[in-house]
Formats: sequence, C-alpha cells, structure tokens
Amino acid sequence: MTDLTSLTIAQARAELDKGSFTSVELTKAYLDAIEAANPAINAYVKVTPEKALEMADVADTRIASGAAGPLEGIPLGIKDLFATEGVHTQACSHILDGFEPRYESTVTANLWRDGAVMLGKLNMDEFAMGSSNETSYYGAVRNPWRAKGSNMDLVPGGSSGGSAAAVSANLCAAATATDTGGSIRQPAGLTGTVGIKPTYGRCSRWGTVAFASSLDQAGPIARDVRDAAIMLRSMASVDEKDTTSVDIAVPDYEAAIGQSVKGLKIGIPKEYRVDGMAEEIDEVWSKGIEWLRDAGAEIVDIELPHTKYALPAYYIVAPAEASSNLARYDGVRYGLRVPGKDIVDMYEKTRAAGFGREVQRRIMIGTYVLSAGYYDAYYLRAQKVRTLIKRDFELAFENGVDAILTPATPSAAFGIGDQDMASDPVKMYMQDIFTVTVNMAGLPGISVPAGLDHKGLPLGLQLIGKPFDEETLFRAGYVIEQAAGSFKPNRWW
Amino acid sequence: MSVDQTTVKRVAKLARIALSDEDAARMEGELNAILGFVEQLSEVDVSGVEPMTSVMPMEMKKRHDVVSDGGKADDIVANAPETTDNYFLVPKVVE
Repeated sequence: MTDLTSLTIAQARAELDKGSFTSVELTKAYLDAIEAANPAINAYVKVTPEKALEMADVADTRIASGAAGPLEGIPLGIKDLFATEGVHTQACSHILDGFEPRYESTVTANLWRDGAVMLGKLNMDEFAMGSSNETSYYGAVRNPWRAKGSNMDLVPGGSSGGSAAAVSANLCAAATATDTGGSIRQPAGLTGTVGIKPTYGRCSRWGTVAFASSLDQAGPIARDVRDAAIMLRSMASVDEKDTTSVDIAVPDYEAAIGQSVKGLKIGIPKEYRVDGMAEEIDEVWSKGIEWLRDAGAEIVDIELPHTKYALPAYYIVAPAEASSNLARYDGVRYGLRVPGKDIVDMYEKTRAAGFGREVQRRIMIGTYVLSAGYYDAYYLRAQKVRTLIKRDFELAFENGVDAILTPATPSAAFGIGDQDMASDPVKMYMQDIFTVTVNMAGLPGISVPAGLDHKGLPLGLQLIGKPFDEETLFRAGYVIEQAAGSFKPNRWW
Repeated sequence: MSVDQTTVKRVAKLARIALSDEDAARMEGELNAILGFVEQLSEVDVSGVEPMTSVMPMEMKKRHDVVSDGGKADDIVANAPETTDNYFLVPKVVE
C-alpha cells in the first residue's frame, strides 16, 4: 500500500469514500509519522492521539452511513493560536502556561462540523509575532527543506512555521494558520506549500488568540491549490460572534480550480522589484508572468506607489493593536502568575517572565506610539497611510485588473539563528515586505510554489485579489501550479 | 524621534513589564531601530486623507439587547492561577 500520508486531501477523500482504507488507518499513519519526525522537525507542540483516533472512528461511522462531510476523516494540524476545547492553546507563549480553553474557535468548530480529525497543535512564533518561528516558547521549527549538499538547519518561516513544516513533511493532510502581515504566505513560500490569506472578514476571528485585530485573518496551508480551496470552504463562515465577519455566502472554491484564465487581467506592480532582491526571485516572477500569459491572461504593468510605506505603517498599527490585545495577560485570569509584593509588582513580573523578547518589544512600541503626545504623529498617520495603500489597490482594480502577481518573499529559507537577523529586528521584518500590503488593505492573497533556487530551496509567487474574490486566486494559482509542478523535500529526518 | 532610557522605563511602566537596567539599555537600541525605520512615514503627504477605521466597508453589526449567554462562572475561572468560590484571587489592592 502506498504511504497514506503522501495523499492530498482530494485523493484521501476519494479513497475513503471508496473504502480503500479507513480514517482510523489514515490517522494512525499520520500519528506514526509525527512520532518519527517531530523530534527533528518540532512542528507539533502537542499531539492529541486519543482525540484523533476517537474523531477518526466517528468519521468512519459517518462515511459508512453515507453521511460524510466535505472533510470527513481527514487528519489536520491546528496552529496553537486557535482555541480548542480542553486542549493546549498557548499561542506558543510561556504566559499562557497550562491554558486549556472551555470553548472552541469558530474556525476549528467549522472543520470538526465537516468531519475533520485533529492530530494536535502546531508550533508558531509567540503570539504570531515573527517570520522564522524562532520566537516560540517551544523552540524553533526545522524546515523540512535543506539546501543541496548541506545539513544546515533552515527556518520554515513564520509565524505559521509549524503549520508549513507539518504540511511540507507530510505530518498532516493540511493545517490551519493565521496571517497578520504574511504569516501564512511567507512560510508557505519557504516550504513549497500553498497558503491563502482570505479577505479580512471571510473567516471568523472568534476564538483565535488576537494579535492585531484589524489585520488578523485565518486561512489554510495545504499541499496544493485544490486542497487549499477545500480547506478554506470549510474554515470560512459568517459568524454572529465576530462583528467583522462579513455577510457573504461562502462559495464552492474548488469549483474555480481548472477554470480558464483567458482574458483575465493580471497586474504586475513595479514597486515590488525591490533593492537587494535575489535575482532568482526576479526570474521566478518572470516565469510566473509567462505561464499566465501562455494560459491566455493579459499582463499589464501597474503602479502601487505607496507600497514601500506598508511595512513601516504596519509596524505602528500592528504593535499598537497588540499592546492593547495583550493587556489581558495579567496573571489573574489564566496562565502564568509570578508572585509580587503587590498587585502591580505581580503584573509586571508576570509579564516580564511570560512574554518573550520580540513580544515585549512589540508591546513597548505599541504602548509608545499610543501614548499621550505621540498618537497623532504615529498611529493616526499610519492609519492615513493605510488608507492610501488601500486606495492604490482600488485604483488598480477599477482599471480592470483582476489579480496582481508578485513574489511571495524576498528570499528563500534562511538559517536558524541567523546572526544578521538577530542583530537587527528590522531585517527580520523585511521578510514580510511583499505580503504585508495585502493585510493593510484587507485583500486576499495566495502563495503558490513556483520553483527552486540554485540551492534547491523552494520559492513562491503571490497572487493578490479583489475583496472576496478568492476564486480568481484559486483559478490563477492553479495555472501556476500546473506549470511549475509540485515540490517536496528530500527526507533527512 | 527616538527614545532614551527614561522614556523606555516610563513606557515599560505603562505596559506593566518589569524591566532591569540591562534590559532597558538593550530595549532602547531596539526600539530606536524600529522608530528609525518607521520615520519614513513622515515623508508621505497625508493631508486630507481619512484615517482607516474599518478595512472592509461595512455597517457595525448590532445584536439584540438580550441575555444570550451566561451561567458559566466555573468555566470562566477554570484557568485562573488562584481562585476561591468562583472569584479570582489577587494580592491585596486596598489597605
């Protein structure tokens, strides 16, 4: 029998329906793979074998009775940011030590409603703040990819590094992830997987640990474009519990796969050709343009003049919102408490011990830019710049552009403990230079693997779409995938 | 704009994060690197531009003003470090 963990969701679903194997068998295959690989990859911070097998057993009964849901019996990994009832939910932070919520996030509840099986919780940067998964309290995740002829450990990107690594190494069929500045698309780009951040308001944020509420969106990381479409359909919903969730019915995204891109207008923004970008990124971008042109799309040059201001504006807006959201971790209601001589001392000691360096840095920046006398100069100005960034995109779409093609990341995967990155926080922030604009404008963006660099490491392309037009992204993303092929790491673990 | 040690300590106080002198010195450099990076926003002409309040234009949803949830005291205190009879326990606040 073929290795069950190598099957995509679409393939596994078809075989489960035929009765070629059961969900319990499929789930066991994944649990064995996790046991063998996780000491090396560190993608999972908590594996839930008993719960997984229980859910798989129920799924098998539903399949047998002809009542299978769209994800019936499919084993998934869940980013540690999603509240899962009675199961480790810590945003990979020390400050949430021992937290096991008494409720389920809307996104994961939707997945269980559709029959999915939970394998466990996935590693991530602490509170989703990072682009390398190195800020996790549970240690770095190793990218399943290594450069040719090298045994150096590389980062999988972040913050959804555990999700991307687990999907790439076949440690789950697909994973949930979240994206505030690029945390789905950048790790997808660095691991040869597909990741989509849907339009702001498409997936409910209820029960997802908040980082920057006006930017946070959940989405899937999957093996291929079709699986990403299948996942998003289940994850997305209109939710009374999230007032920013938008009242638009969730379409059957999978139906967009294979539709022609003939006549689609694809915009190429010159502002995304940045200084110091690897030549190979440029080459892969040119290839993407050719593939879409060959498939019948019309390629047009566009201008998004405020692009360079997206990252600095993000580093005001996101920390400001984070400093407010993370005020709740005070040692009183959940998680870690470090005793102090009075209540303020207890707060301060708890937060000093519970938050890692990057999180503290961002809380401090956020507190500073919101403090008296600085609010207008920083926060208000950044929100105005955000309006301008969004307007750039709106003008492009008004001029008939259907989607925008850009690189997903400015580089391939880099080393764990990279000294350059460690010495200057801004260097790490640059990882999100191509993805952060999309969050600032609330738009959907997909990252699709497009090739390997000379070291044999994956590179991704990003497609940006109109609000709630994820279907066009799946359609065009599939064309890129068909042309580029798929990429899997050589197993070393 | 940049921050000095005194400002770093004041902000840490506002953020309720205990900061040693050593941490404050390190944080000063890191915060100034970030503030230096965001400084470029000052070159953007934002006159007459509305600050963004909602990225997707939509009317604020309102729910009916009725009790729709509750009776969950046990759930609410379940994860607290210290409780007694469904109350959160904290160090003495008022003498």
